[in-house]
Amino acid sequence: MRINPYVYIFTMAFVLMCVRALPMTLIRKQIKSRFIRSFLYYVPYVTLAVMTVPAIVDATQSPISGVLALVVGIVAAFFNAGLFKVAIGCCLTVLVSELVLFPPEFLSRLLGL
Amino acid sequence: MKYRTYTLNGKETFLEGMRSSVPIAMGYFAVSFALGINAKLAGLTPFQSGLASLLSNASAGEYAEFNLIAASAPIIELIIMTLVVNARYFLMGCAMSQHAAPDTSFLHRLFMGFFITDEFFACSVARPGYLNPYYTLGLISLATPAWALGTALGCAIGNIMPLRLVSTFSVALYGMFFAIIIPPARKDRIIAGVVVLCFAASWCVNKLSLFDFMSGGTKTIVLTVLISAVAALLFPHSEEEAKQEESHEN
Repeated sequence: MRINPYVYIFTMAFVLMCVRALPMTLIRKQIKSRFIRSFLYYVPYVTLAVMTVPAIVDATQSPISGVLALVVGIVAAFFNAGLFKVAIGCCLTVLVSELVLFPPEFLSRLLGL
Repeated sequence: MKYRTYTLNGKETFLEGMRSSVPIAMGYFAVSFALGINAKLAGLTPFQSGLASLLSNASAGEYAEFNLIAASAPIIELIIMTLVVNARYFLMGCAMSQHAAPDTSFLHRLFMGFFITDEFFACSVARPGYLNPYYTLGLISLATPAWALGTALGCAIGNIMPLRLVSTFSVALYGMFFAIIIPPARKDRIIAGVVVLCFAASWCVNKLSLFDFMSGGTKTIVLTVLISAVAALLFPHSEEEAKQEESHEN
């Protein structure tokens, strides 16, 4: 059964609104539980890491370009390249490596392949 | 004692926020374009995808949302997913609440809370003094429209783009995720260990047929809760110590 996309969109928007605004509007003191605070501290790193690997390798036309983008992304981020540069670096890596892996016709002719 | 910066005469504060908004908007546009391609794959129209971005302002969350829509997943899965993937916004909301002036009105709190993203949060708490809604207004002035327009555009023209460019843009989102998780991992060995563990565990769970009974969204939820809980038990994080380390660095 296909659910109307607007149901997803508005449900998500409402839940997110609660997630973000509830602590801002209600909680005026620090959360005491050390476990909950630690858990929430690790969540962003864990969830983003889990969502990135192996998805990045499967997102591209060839797993080779995906793995290269993975390496370039980690190295660029390691040297604090910033959000925009890391994203562009990964994109360019895929573009260039796939130009080599799947050369377009004009390029093959140019190189006499 | 904190000095009071929560004033409603905010033209300069607004412009200050707007300056920070420029680089964020550029990053958002590239990343949301890639997100729009995912929205298209999930069967959304450009308007729907733009609306989803405008109302949600969440990269990883929306990416998960579009995957769930593509899979026609039950709404309850979307709700659990949203809560888990965006739990960090809850934490950021808690942290931000400590920066708000005690007399900040309910509507201002709601407004500043609604626009919590990784980038807006980082900029907001980095400013000295109390949170100022005019600063938030400046921050979102360029970045949020860029985010929504980028998604809609990616959804609209992502499909007439050559396969080569789709493949190219598809990794932008993951690049942004690296930029968020790797720099802290470099500073903190525990985070580094946790991230490596996540990569390995996620690889196994997604590649071994043993785990095929779980949907992609469920795998993310289970791994996130499990690994974060284990890390919290083994390496409780003390914000006081972290703050002291920070002040030593400065």
